[in-house]
Amino acid sequence: MKIFNFHLMPYRHADLDAIGKHGTAWVTYSNRDYDPQKGAELYHEYLDQMELADKLGFDGVCLNEHHQTAYGMMPIPGVLAGALARSVKRAKIAVLGRALPLLNNPLTIAEEYAILDNITRGRLIAGFVRGIGAEYHAMGINPAYSQERFAEAHDLIVRAWTEPGPFPYIGKHYQFKYVNPWPRPYQNPHPPIWIPSQGSGSTIRWAAQMRYTYCQTLAPIAAVARFFQMYRDEADKAGYQASPDQLAWSNTIYIAETDEKAIREARPHLEALMNSFLKMPTEMLLPPGYTDSASMKRVRAAKIVGKPQTIEEVVKAGVVMVGSPNTVREKLAEYQDLAGFNNSLTKTQFGTLPDDMARANMAAIAQEILPHFRDRLPQGTRREAAE
Amino acid sequence: MIGEKMADHSTSTMSVRDCRIQVMRGGSGSPMLFLHGGGGLGIWLPCMARLAKKFDVIAPEHPGFGASDTPEWLDNIGDLANFYLDFLDQLDLRGVHLVGSSLGGWVAAELAVRNSTRLASLTLVGAAGIHVKDVPQVDTFLSNEQQRIRDLFYDQDLAEAVIASSERPELEDAALKNRMTTAKLSWQPRSHDPNLRKWLHRIKVPTLLLWGANDLLFPQEYAFVYQQLIPESQAVVLPECGHLPQVEKGDEFAAELEAFIDNQKIAA
Repeated sequence: MKIFNFHLMPYRHADLDAIGKHGTAWVTYSNRDYDPQKGAELYHEYLDQMELADKLGFDGVCLNEHHQTAYGMMPIPGVLAGALARSVKRAKIAVLGRALPLLNNPLTIAEEYAILDNITRGRLIAGFVRGIGAEYHAMGINPAYSQERFAEAHDLIVRAWTEPGPFPYIGKHYQFKYVNPWPRPYQNPHPPIWIPSQGSGSTIRWAAQMRYTYCQTLAPIAAVARFFQMYRDEADKAGYQASPDQLAWSNTIYIAETDEKAIREARPHLEALMNSFLKMPTEMLLPPGYTDSASMKRVRAAKIVGKPQTIEEVVKAGVVMVGSPNTVREKLAEYQDLAGFNNSLTKTQFGTLPDDMARANMAAIAQEILPHFRDRLPQGTRREAAE
Repeated sequence: MIGEKMADHSTSTMSVRDCRIQVMRGGSGSPMLFLHGGGGLGIWLPCMARLAKKFDVIAPEHPGFGASDTPEWLDNIGDLANFYLDFLDQLDLRGVHLVGSSLGGWVAAELAVRNSTRLASLTLVGAAGIHVKDVPQVDTFLSNEQQRIRDLFYDQDLAEAVIASSERPELEDAALKNRMTTAKLSWQPRSHDPNLRKWLHRIKVPTLLLWGANDLLFPQEYAFVYQQLIPESQAVVLPECGHLPQVEKGDEFAAELEAFIDNQKIAA
């Protein structure tokens, strides 16, 4: 298994009470709460953690993209990836943005990723996402065109990487007389494309058809297993057998000497992530047109948005792994076998977790987890079990 | 009561080119085309029943809303404006009193700018379409359903009654469809087209800006800016009234509309 160090870069000094009163840390939560002195320190702290992950032997580092929120300070992840492109010497750099539909000129993503791929001499993983609903409020992009714009921007970028330019591109949303970006990507034909999603059936089908690596965001392991099986089924339908390398699960690990100590230490920081940084009203998460009516009705019926969660609940559901090294090893192996993935995108810093604890956690993972999973593949008979 | 209401209008389906839409129609006299807002067609309102005594009231459900088709070509308000020009041609309506509420007002203004030869008058009610600087507006896309309804009305008892009647599962599909199309047509630039105000001077028919004094979506400043931009226009602001005068102040709404149209006849 490949284990990546996945950072959200939260503004961990945010006033959680104020977020609680306001109801969300997104879009309408005032940036008056952002202190540039503290923010500057955080950028260095987090970039240092990513460089440490490289030295500790993590297979890669992951950045992501969200806009106008204390949840994460990476609205333009390419800037952070650029800051790491020369200091992260060995690990892959996965940008699990870019939210293609938010861009009025997606050719800039073809350029940005190609530069990163050149500087890292082919260590870039190119993420393509639609962004969550909140970004459409934040960035003034029509959610009803999100899927169309994603499809068109994706086609444009891949063509820009693979077809000799210049050529014209005339789409519904994007039009260019000349598509001819310099540089071209370092990797041939282009960097691996990864598709993070919350579990949309159409996205899973498309990713499987395109043979792109599918990354499941924050979800209970049972749901993750279901989504990954959907991917394998779609691959079968497309006429090939999916490799576990095409599946990545985004999770969180926190390790201490004992389960009790780990839970106690992680609790306030993880619950801050779940209950303060992630919280938003349904209207913000799912603007009209962002997803189809059927999915919208499912979410509304489930009323899943905004329920406070305890660390015990998310541990039990297999959203996160918190405990002694032995516990976490057992859980990760169990989950790998259950869901059949070969990439773990692991948050080692989360919520308000301070630097010293994050670094100790990373060191513990490097020592206690990484060596045990380096050559481990998913075991068992998932295909048969699913039938 | 219901029988009486049923008798004064009918609901049918018609096709304009490739698109099937639902239409409520009742009364006789000069045609009055009523274009609904983002909330959808709704019911045959008491004010429509009253107006149907003097006019041939036609209330279509826009493409992309409720029981009407969602055609491939529907991308923006201009598409709807052109669709209704086709609609007027197909029904061969002349001397039309065009009334548009909210998003429907925006459609009506775009239509009148393009071609007002079939129009006798234009009435915009709490209309979107332009942007007026420094006027606070509620963000209907960030409010939950109940708050959204409360923001529509001045009379909060009426709002509660509307909330109670809207919480029916059988309405959910249409409501989601309406919200999706409204987002598609009005998300960005939010509820306006920066180009529209450049051409409002081309509206050559008498125009009434009929607004609720307590409209939180497009506050009454919008009526006065529209009035400055449309040559033959007058503004009437109804007190103690929110975004939907036709619902909240149906009698006053109908009376103002009748008086405005009567005055045009005298002037002519």
